[in-house]
Amino acid sequence: MNPTTKLIPTSSQTVGPFFQIGLQYLLDRAPVMQPGGQFVEIHGRVLDRDGAPVPDAVLEFWSGEAPTNPDESGYPANFRRALSDDQGRYSAVVLKSPRTKLEDGQAEAPHLCVLVFMRGLLRNLVSRVYFSNDAEIPLDLVLQEVPPERRKTLIARPDGPGFYHWDIILQGHDETVFFTW
Amino acid sequence: MIRVSTVQEAVPGTQPEYHFPPYVSSVARSPRLPLIRLSETLTERTGPVFGHGLVRPQDNDLTVQHEEKPIGERIIVHGRVLDEDGRPVRGALVEIWQANAAGRYRHKVDNHQAPLDPNFSGAGRTFTDDQGLYEFTTIIPGPYPWGNHHNAWRPAHIHFSLFGAGILSRLVTQMYFPGDPLQPLDPIFNSVPDEAARNRLIARLDMNRAEPGYALAFAWDIVLRGRSDTPFEQER
Repeated sequence: MNPTTKLIPTSSQTVGPFFQIGLQYLLDRAPVMQPGGQFVEIHGRVLDRDGAPVPDAVLEFWSGEAPTNPDESGYPANFRRALSDDQGRYSAVVLKSPRTKLEDGQAEAPHLCVLVFMRGLLRNLVSRVYFSNDAEIPLDLVLQEVPPERRKTLIARPDGPGFYHWDIILQGHDETVFFTW
Repeated sequence: MIRVSTVQEAVPGTQPEYHFPPYVSSVARSPRLPLIRLSETLTERTGPVFGHGLVRPQDNDLTVQHEEKPIGERIIVHGRVLDEDGRPVRGALVEIWQANAAGRYRHKVDNHQAPLDPNFSGAGRTFTDDQGLYEFTTIIPGPYPWGNHHNAWRPAHIHFSLFGAGILSRLVTQMYFPGDPLQPLDPIFNSVPDEAARNRLIARLDMNRAEPGYALAFAWDIVLRGRSDTPFEQER
């Protein structure tokens, strides 16, 4: 099909304040995981322009394709959904992909793609989270496209063995890097 | 080299801006610094694959989840999920949620002075079939007031959440009903600048699918970004 005849993707609309009705179901079916091996817990807060906690955010973490053990629940091990609580806190045990190479052999640092939905966002935001101290971070090609002074907003810091802390700041001082796609 | 993106840039005006002051909640929750164009790697070209066992067969009928039938006009909502090339997106997980016929959500933060319906939870989910088709049975949701501005009322809508082939195909949106006089007044609906794109959020009455003596039907097709036939698509 000729590119000019492509269909126009459906417009996004906000998830609104009542998404839990629809989105909790999948959350409840995710196998309960503990940090260990390839799995790490990421936790932190979601904050708005004024530093106020966002109590109604939906976060989705995608590890990309990575070696996983098929789970009979039908729930993909490399995907997790998390909802923020009244204090804007979230946590998710996610698969930290061990990949450190792109298909052509260039380095990439372990990371996850993160989608952010909430009341007030008419489209979801897209970010990435990396893990502090991974040796490939200085070489990661996507990180190199981020202004150096902002890269730290994408890097979770260690918070005990198997645990990482990462805040999402929607606007203002230390605003998290978000991507367009 | 990083692989070239398979997701096209959005056609101008067909997607809302993050910062849209008529929708007051967007002001403090939208980024101000420039977004950075993402060079997709394998991470973004792939997406989660959900096993069909996650969804129960009755999950796409919101009128059979309780002892009695819910109050409201029973309807069938159906359509196709397509990629940008017009190919069906097969096995796409579709999650929906909505207010009841009185305009009230079964949610702790909904304090609208309208009754809950003990026979309506307002949530459903399904997978698209091999033709990319989905179908729900539900009731028409009521409009409801909200605090955005004086005398603000949301037009009737059903929330949709979809997963496509890649994580960047992900879409959360709202389906509206034809002929709703609240649409021109609604900042969320009007956050889409392009009129044709905005109007594609409105389902059409579909008398061919309506079941005589049982339910009216509305048809609504959804186009996800990207292509559904990437080499990384997995069998479900």
